[in-house]
Amino acid sequence: MGFDPTLNGMSAITLKVNGRSHKLDLDPSTPLLYALSDDLALNGPKFGCGLGQCGACTVIVKGQAIRSCITPVRSVAGADITTLEGIGTADKPHPLQRAFIEEQAAQCGFCVNGVILTAKAFLDKNPKATEPEIEQALSGVLCRCFASVRMLRAIQKAGQEMAR
Amino acid sequence: MNTFTPDARAALGHAGLGRRDFLKGAGALIVGFSAGGLRTAKAQFGGPSPGAPAMNRLDSWIAIGADGGVTAYSGKEELGQGIATAQAQLVAEELSVPFDRVNLIYCDTALTPDQAYTAGSQSHPANFNQNNLAQAGATAREALLQLGSKRLGVSVDQLTAADGTIRVKSDPLRAVSYGELVGGKKFNLTLNPNAKRKPVREWTVLGKPVPRPDIREMVTGQFEFVHNVRVPGMLHGKVVRPPAVGATVVSVDESSVKNVAGLVKVVVRKNFVGVVAEKAWQAIQAATQLKVTWAPGVGLPDQAGFYNHLRTLPARDALLVDSGDVDQTLAGAATVVKATYLHPYQMHGSMGSSCAVADVQGDKATLWSPTQGVWYQKSTVALLLGLKAENVHVIFRRGSGCYGLNGADTVTYDAALLSHAVGKPVRVQLSRKDEMAWENYGNAYVMDERVGLDGQGNIIAWHHESWSPSLGNRPGPGTPGNIITGYLAGFQPQAFAPRTPAPPPTGFNNNNNGVPSYVAGGVGGRSRGTGTVKSELVLTHTVESPFWTGPLRSPNRLQNTFAHECFLDELAARVKADPVEYRLRHLKDARLIEVVKEAAKAANWETRPSPQPLPRKTGVVTGRGMACVLYEGDNGYSALVAEVEVNQDTGRVTVKRLVACNDVGPVSNPDGLRNQIEGGALQGLSRALGEEVTWDSEKVTSVDWRTYHTLPMGFAVPKIEAVLLDRPDAEATGAGETSITVLAAALGNAIFDATGARLRQIPFTTERVKKALAARG
Repeated sequence: MGFDPTLNGMSAITLKVNGRSHKLDLDPSTPLLYALSDDLALNGPKFGCGLGQCGACTVIVKGQAIRSCITPVRSVAGADITTLEGIGTADKPHPLQRAFIEEQAAQCGFCVNGVILTAKAFLDKNPKATEPEIEQALSGVLCRCFASVRMLRAIQKAGQEMAR
Repeated sequence: MNTFTPDARAALGHAGLGRRDFLKGAGALIVGFSAGGLRTAKAQFGGPSPGAPAMNRLDSWIAIGADGGVTAYSGKEELGQGIATAQAQLVAEELSVPFDRVNLIYCDTALTPDQAYTAGSQSHPANFNQNNLAQAGATAREALLQLGSKRLGVSVDQLTAADGTIRVKSDPLRAVSYGELVGGKKFNLTLNPNAKRKPVREWTVLGKPVPRPDIREMVTGQFEFVHNVRVPGMLHGKVVRPPAVGATVVSVDESSVKNVAGLVKVVVRKNFVGVVAEKAWQAIQAATQLKVTWAPGVGLPDQAGFYNHLRTLPARDALLVDSGDVDQTLAGAATVVKATYLHPYQMHGSMGSSCAVADVQGDKATLWSPTQGVWYQKSTVALLLGLKAENVHVIFRRGSGCYGLNGADTVTYDAALLSHAVGKPVRVQLSRKDEMAWENYGNAYVMDERVGLDGQGNIIAWHHESWSPSLGNRPGPGTPGNIITGYLAGFQPQAFAPRTPAPPPTGFNNNNNGVPSYVAGGVGGRSRGTGTVKSELVLTHTVESPFWTGPLRSPNRLQNTFAHECFLDELAARVKADPVEYRLRHLKDARLIEVVKEAAKAANWETRPSPQPLPRKTGVVTGRGMACVLYEGDNGYSALVAEVEVNQDTGRVTVKRLVACNDVGPVSNPDGLRNQIEGGALQGLSRALGEEVTWDSEKVTSVDWRTYHTLPMGFAVPKIEAVLLDRPDAEATGAGETSITVLAAALGNAIFDATGARLRQIPFTTERVKKALAARG
């Protein structure tokens, strides 16, 4: 198991994030998002609603895009967790990240974490997805600036590259 | 550095952003905070806020480092609309330096000029026309040419400035760089109103689709939002808002949270309640568990009868135009047409709930805030905490897109109050519910339209009357009670003073687009409207709102335009005229006429009256609609054509295509403009189809994404085409709020064209569409 109970409701929990292991002392019911943003100082996953309704907090665990704001750390202890930082960098962006840069597919940028990671988890499993299938896959993610036209275009473009 | 608390200084140092290092990194060496330093020099010239860099001093706007790097200071901030990139382009253009050599710093009360709020589509008008940042760039370039002339011993007309270097035209090897001329020194110049701007036709950086550098950081998770500000020793706060509007604190039982690990303090100030803990999750648990006894709220008016209720309240009346003959003209009209349009309260509904970090230690405060007005934040936080304004330092850090007065200011107050109570840095991020239940909503509206037509179907008189509820607003000078936290802590919102009857208008002001585009706008012997109809009256009634209200993207303008532009189509339908032709028949403004024509042309508009001959009353039918506006009466021309499918069995409306034509003067960044047009149109679509604040007898009930209905990312997104008119000789206007202003009306007109059913109440839910379809008979 990845966590051991200690005093005061805190436990030593091991999180494997972007290929690195971190031993943290946390209340095991803490949503994963807080461990990622506050304890590991990651900027990718974001608190949007805390209710699993918007996608801003998305991370990828076992190939699935999950909502880290409603996922207790104890349920992902020891599992491989990938955040937006883990799929590419400013110098070596993932095809999705590159397509978003090329298409200038953002306004405020708060939603891009959820949009890109949801698209990645979907395209990894469905490399030949059609445009309506991609739209369907993103129907649980919000962008309140509505940069939707560009984002969908960027996802299509990246999807073609990822399928090669 | 003396406005920073020690922890704030450490945080900036940790992030590599110590003030001194910051400027060195940008290549500028304009240090000096001592008595003879830059801040003192600026202060003696005064400014809009005490302590703000003087607007008329070049050094307030631009500094050039020894390495030729340019630091520009602006009071207009990046909110996701792309304005930082456009401003950096502006400085690069006017100064003749490469884009990537410009480092733009915006909205920090220790550094940047006070340009009030970043709001109201005013950033382009404020900084791109013959003033402020643009004029600073031109002044600096001319000053550099003068200095170059002296250094090289060649007259200015023999010199060129390019790539940050002054060269002799006939001998380009004779050159001197900007860094060599002024690097690290102040200009000590006043902005020169006669400094010559670069002609638009000579632009090499402006007018180009320069990509936003921040997007690369955002999509790779590197970008630091205010949500990612991490100050050493930072604690986490949560607020406990009242359970009902107007509920007040009776008692707070601190023993109820005794067992919460990491709890630092329970904070109560009048009706403001919050908790501070070591970790965010602990703070959430404490806030949830804290037992507060509240006295009941004030009760809310029944939502079902709310629009009629507004008509009965004491009002502050205003006349925007009054030709004095409207009743008479209407009495003599061949036909009088009337309709009432309704618009709900809507919310900003930011993607991320609002967040701020405050560090209040002793008599000093440092705030990292996503506010749209750092200087107002500074003065009102000083009031809230009882500090001297000069000891409050507000640093803008980007939040989630706000679209107006979302929870940014109120959460900054929350953080300030909690940090003040514990004497340590505190981060607060609102819960989704606290964001949505207490933000300053965009205004609800009731709008009565009444128009007289002559025997030929021409408009001869237009009477418009509206009722709109208001409470609070942006926390301007002295009014922290304009937003919920200030109110809970004991401050009152700006006073409401009923006034009837309205005094006659003294000048033409169509800032809220209350005056329809088709009337003359005659005030004081001049007609400054965009239309031809001379018999006109626009009367507005502002009444007190039960909820806090404030600017939401295209405030009042969207609501008024929805009514005016839908009603124009009702009139066209009544006289069996084509809606575009009928618009052109009553417009006189050449630029508004042109955007209407160009949008129609790009959309392949089919000239015929609406509605289309209805093939059948079941199944899917299609239609098209148009709407146009001169935003704020002088700030951007926009026309939009919407093409829709309506399923007459389900009431479902699907937009297939949007064609928007915009005239914003010279376009500073065409891709940025397109991004704004696209996003504005789709946000407008979401607002038109689903968004509405709801409440019960005591509280708001639309408090998350299940109860407040936004379109998701993957809805059937229409094709959007943006036609950008090039106006090199015109002044720059705003562009962030134009397409959203016309979307609802174009959509309503398209639904009418497709089905013959007229929707007069937003949002156009499937239920309302079905009801309107049934009402066709």
